[in-house]
Amino acid sequence: MRYETERTRRRGHADTATDTLARGLGLFSIALGIAEIAAPRALARALGMKGQEGLIAGYGVREIATGIGILASKDPTPWIWGRVAGDGLDLATLATALEGKNPKKGNVGIAMAAVAGVTALDVYCAQTLSRESPHPLPPMQDYSGRTGYPRGIEQSHGAARDFEVPPDFRTPEALRPYTQPEAPRHPQPSM
Amino acid sequence: MKALVWHGTTDIRCDSVPDPRIEHPRDAIIKVTSCAICGSDLHLYDHFMPGMKSGDIMGHETMGEVVDVGAESKGKLKVGDRVVIPFTIICGECDQCKRGNFSVCERTNRNGHIAAKAFGHTTAGLFGYTHLTGGYAGGQAEYLRVPFADATHIKVPDGIPDEKLLFLSDIFPTGWQAAVQCDIQPTDTVAIWGCGPVGQMAIRSAILLGAKQVIAIDRVPERLAMAEAGGAVTINFDEESVIERLNELTNGRGPEKCIDAVGMEAHATATIDSMYDRVKQATMMETDRPHVLREMAYVCRPAGTLSIPGVYGGLLDKIPFGAIMNKGLTIRTGQTHVNRWTDDLLRRIEDGQIDPSFVITHTVSLDEGPDMYKVFRDKQDGCIKVVIKP
Ligand SMILES: NC(=O)c1ccc[n+]([C@@H]2O[C@H](COP(=O)([O-])OP(=O)(O)OC[C@H]3O[C@@H](n4cnc5c(N)ncnc54)[C@H](O)[C@@H]3O)[C@@H](O)[C@H]2O)c1
Ligand SMILES: [Zn+2]
Ligand SMILES: [Zn+2]
Repeated sequence: MRYETERTRRRGHADTATDTLARGLGLFSIALGIAEIAAPRALARALGMKGQEGLIAGYGVREIATGIGILASKDPTPWIWGRVAGDGLDLATLATALEGKNPKKGNVGIAMAAVAGVTALDVYCAQTLSRESPHPLPPMQDYSGRTGYPRGIEQSHGAARDFEVPPDFRTPEALRPYTQPEAPRHPQPSM
Repeated sequence: MKALVWHGTTDIRCDSVPDPRIEHPRDAIIKVTSCAICGSDLHLYDHFMPGMKSGDIMGHETMGEVVDVGAESKGKLKVGDRVVIPFTIICGECDQCKRGNFSVCERTNRNGHIAAKAFGHTTAGLFGYTHLTGGYAGGQAEYLRVPFADATHIKVPDGIPDEKLLFLSDIFPTGWQAAVQCDIQPTDTVAIWGCGPVGQMAIRSAILLGAKQVIAIDRVPERLAMAEAGGAVTINFDEESVIERLNELTNGRGPEKCIDAVGMEAHATATIDSMYDRVKQATMMETDRPHVLREMAYVCRPAGTLSIPGVYGGLLDKIPFGAIMNKGLTIRTGQTHVNRWTDDLLRRIEDGQIDPSFVITHTVSLDEGPDMYKVFRDKQDGCIKVVIKP
């Protein structure tokens, strides 16, 4: 998108904001994955999905793999699209828990709303990344020689001290002592 | 003739339009030899600044050769003269012009009544810059009509290339005035937000005026590199905390003088205030993004000065006026009084104190102009300043 830094330049992407979002989603994937693997039983209970602990832990493995993919790859775009697909799977799975007489339907609804929110972020991030050119950025221009001082900076530093600042642009006399370190600590009023 | 014409948001085209002619005896027509795209043009390109109409010709940094002179300008200009045209149109006679406050000339804005509604008073007419400031055709074209031409020009000698002189029209005096507004003392640290062309000129001006330390803030690596070449210590606001670094570099005192060379389209790394601005702007409750102003007011040393060449158009929100008031800060701002400084600056160019052409990164034809707007705005390809050769 609008600018580039050393890091995004290496990646071939010019937009750090989306880049940061992508890394955020990667970290989120890993955190969610760890939760799904560590506590599949608690999750299943909360969602009224007893018997599906294996599936939940499996999804956890998927989340962690995607998260690592996002963080470790040079180009996170396909991995973010992978998250979008995973979100679809999550939503479909949760939808099955809405069928029948599940007493935890309320929790399932909350979970689906949360997943839908993250899905929106994933889609936005994936689309923005996909719009960017896949070609690496050209090497940085070297402007270190563009000083602007034909005779060198030593010659130019202070060269315009002969310039007299017009009265209407001057710092008020009374304020001057306060902005100059070598000024007396307690300026004496002249009386 | 060919000209770069505004058609709408991010829609600028190279069109064929009628050649300008003398409309008033004080007019002159110049054949444009060089012109440039300015950061101010980006506010029009992105349509942050209201008051453009489809069909308006862009451009306010122009130089060239006089090819026709109206009867009343004949004493001051003649065909063949080489001139740089300041972006502010000035009458040279009104009360403000006499005081050197050229950018608030009372006579040259033919839509002064509209400006007065928006700002309380009229300001000077500007080339290629909205109907609020007169709706005058701009100079990104093969020819330019210069109103009030007897006053609105800077004569320049032959034998110096366009590239060294063109920026007398705007960015060099703008960076200079920004620094002059700071009344720089040899003990001062001057912090400059924005390393675009205006920021670059402000850095060089602060060095010329003898600042002890100049600190420049941006996030585009090429621009930071160019700032460093000019003698500035740099801060990348995407990677470091601006406030912390500025305090570190000034032993906790804060810079005495702060310059905002960014203006209303400031970017911020996800801070609360920047998101707040985005939302407010989207809901039309605020027109500008004053992130830089907030930072400056907060970090500036008490009794210091905020100098604001960055352009703002309308309403700003959450300005820490408590900090400004209680710290006794001085605020100076304004469009540049170009002709007030240009004699002196021309002498400094001739004298070799500075060569403003260092900032040019791209030179193109008029046809390539529309594409260059995008390249400049998006800071692609190391773009810092675009010069157009019609
Ligand atoms: N007062 C005048 O007469 C006058 C004349 C010319 C230009 N201007 C104004 O000066 C401003 C700068 O012009 P330019 O040509 O250099 O434009 P530019 O758009 O090329 O430069 C602006 C720079 O500010 C940087 N920036 C954005 N957000 C920032 C932040 N939060 N902190 C630090 N830097 C940030 C950008 O990366 C960019 O490099 C514009 O507002 C322009 O309209 C004023
Ligand atoms: Zn300008
Ligand atoms: Zn006037």
